[in-house]
Amino acid sequence: MEQPQQQPPQPEPPQQPARPWPRVFFDGYATAIRSVFFYVLVGNYVGLGALAFEFGFSFWWMAASTLLIWAAPAQVILISTLTTSALVEVALAVTLSSVRFLPMVASLIPLFNAPGVRQRDLLLPMHFTAISVWVEGMRLLPARPRGERVTFYNGLGSGLISGAIIGGAVGFYLAARLPLLLAATLLFFTPMALLMSTARNARALLDRLAFALGLVVGPLVAWLNFGLDLMWTGLIAGSIAYLVHRWREAKSMKATP
Amino acid sequence: MTVELHSYLILILVGFLPSEVWRWLGIALGRGLDEQSEIILWVRAVATALIAAVVARIVFIPPGALAGVPLSVRVVALAVGFFAFLFIRRSAFAGVVVGEAALVFGAMMFGG
Amino acid sequence: MKLMLQDIGPWFALLLIGFLPNEIWRLAGVVLVRGLDEKSQIIIWVRAVATAMLAGVLAQLILSTSGALALIPVGVRIGAACIGFAAFLIARRSVFAGIVAGELSVMAGAYWFGV
Repeated sequence: MEQPQQQPPQPEPPQQPARPWPRVFFDGYATAIRSVFFYVLVGNYVGLGALAFEFGFSFWWMAASTLLIWAAPAQVILISTLTTSALVEVALAVTLSSVRFLPMVASLIPLFNAPGVRQRDLLLPMHFTAISVWVEGMRLLPARPRGERVTFYNGLGSGLISGAIIGGAVGFYLAARLPLLLAATLLFFTPMALLMSTARNARALLDRLAFALGLVVGPLVAWLNFGLDLMWTGLIAGSIAYLVHRWREAKSMKATP
Repeated sequence: MTVELHSYLILILVGFLPSEVWRWLGIALGRGLDEQSEIILWVRAVATALIAAVVARIVFIPPGALAGVPLSVRVVALAVGFFAFLFIRRSAFAGVVVGEAALVFGAMMFGG
Repeated sequence: MKLMLQDIGPWFALLLIGFLPNEIWRLAGVVLVRGLDEKSQIIIWVRAVATAMLAGVLAQLILSTSGALALIPVGVRIGAACIGFAAFLIARRSVFAGIVAGELSVMAGAYWFGV
C-alpha cells in the first residue's frame, strides 16, 4: 500500500551503532530552531496570538490550540469564527482547510518504515506534521539512518511547535499592551501573511482563481447575511474556480488532436 | 438541553461517517491517491476559497484595535501589500512589510 | 436554534472542532499507507469514541425536552425504545423489526398516556 515515491530513491546511509534517542531528538530540535521556517512560524504565530487576544480567548486556550491543532489556517478559522458562527459551520470549515494533511502524512510514512516501528510510534510524528515540519522532514529524513528518523522528526516537530508557542505568547502579550495603532498593525499581520503565503503557493489557475473569487464572494455572501457564509463562500467560489478549470482542460484537450 | 436539527447532523456524522470513511479510503486506495483526482481538485479549490474568505472576513469584520482603522484604509493597505508582493520578486516578506507600512500610514492620515 | 460556542464552551469546542477535524486527516494519512489494522489500539479507541458519541446523541434525542417528542411522557419514550430494542434482539437482530416495534410502542404509549 505504499505511495509511489516522489523522489528517486536515495542511497541509505551506512549502518552505524544506534545513537541514544535524546541525542537524536535534540538533533532534530536544533535543526528546527536553525531553520528559516522557525522564524516564519514565530512571525505567523505572533499574529495569531494577537488575534486570539482580540477575539477574547484566554492565553492557555491559545497555547492549547497550538499544541492540539498545530495548523495556522485552521487556527485562524477557529479563532475568527468560533465566537460568531454556528459550530457546524466552523467544524466544516476547519475540516476542509486541513485536507492536505492526508497526502502529506501519507507521503511521509514510507520514510519511517523500519524494523520495530509500530503503528503507535507513528502517532506523534503524525500529529507533528504541518507544512513546515513536513517540508523539512522530506528534505532531511532521507539522509538519516532509518532507525533514527521517527525520533529526529519528533525533535523537528517539537522545535517548530516551540517556536509557535513562543510566538503565540508574544503576540498575545503584545496585543494586550500595545497602543491602539500598533495593535491594529499586529492584527493586520495575519490576513496579510495568509494572503501572501497562499498567493505564493498558488501556482495553478485553479488555486489563484479560487482565492480571488473567495476574496470577492466572501464579503458579498456575508453582506447578504443568510448565515453559514464561510461555507457558502468556499463552496460557491471554489466550485466556480473548479468549473473554470474543467472548462479550460476540456478546451485544451479539444485543441490537441 | 434543546435538541434540534443539528443533532441529526451529528448523528449522521458520527454514526455514518466512521464506517463510511474507511470504505471511501479503501476506494481511494484502490484507485491510488491521485493528486489530480477531480474530487481532490475540487476540495482544494474550496479550501483555498475558504482561506480567502477568512482573510476577507478579518479585513471586513475586524476585531478589536483593527476596527479603529477605517475600512478603506484596511482594504487599500491589503491591496498595496499584495501588489508589492507581486512586484518585488513575489517576496512575502516585502508584501507584509509594505502592507503594514501602508496600514500605519493610512491610519495616521485618515483617522483611527 | 443553531449550536454556538456558548452552548459547549471554548475547551470542548477546541477539542471537538479544532483538534478532531485536523487529526482525522492526519490519521487517515497513516491508515492509508499502513493499512487499517483492525486490532490496532488507535482504531479500537476511535471506534469506541464514535460509538459513545452516537449513544450520547441517541440518548439526547430520546430524552429531549423540546419539539413534538416532548409531548410524549419520558417514560413512554424510554419504554418504547426498550421494546424496540427487545424486538430487534428477538427477531434475530432485524433492524426493521426493531424500528417497527419501537414506533408502534411509542404511538400506542402516546395514545394511552394522552397526547
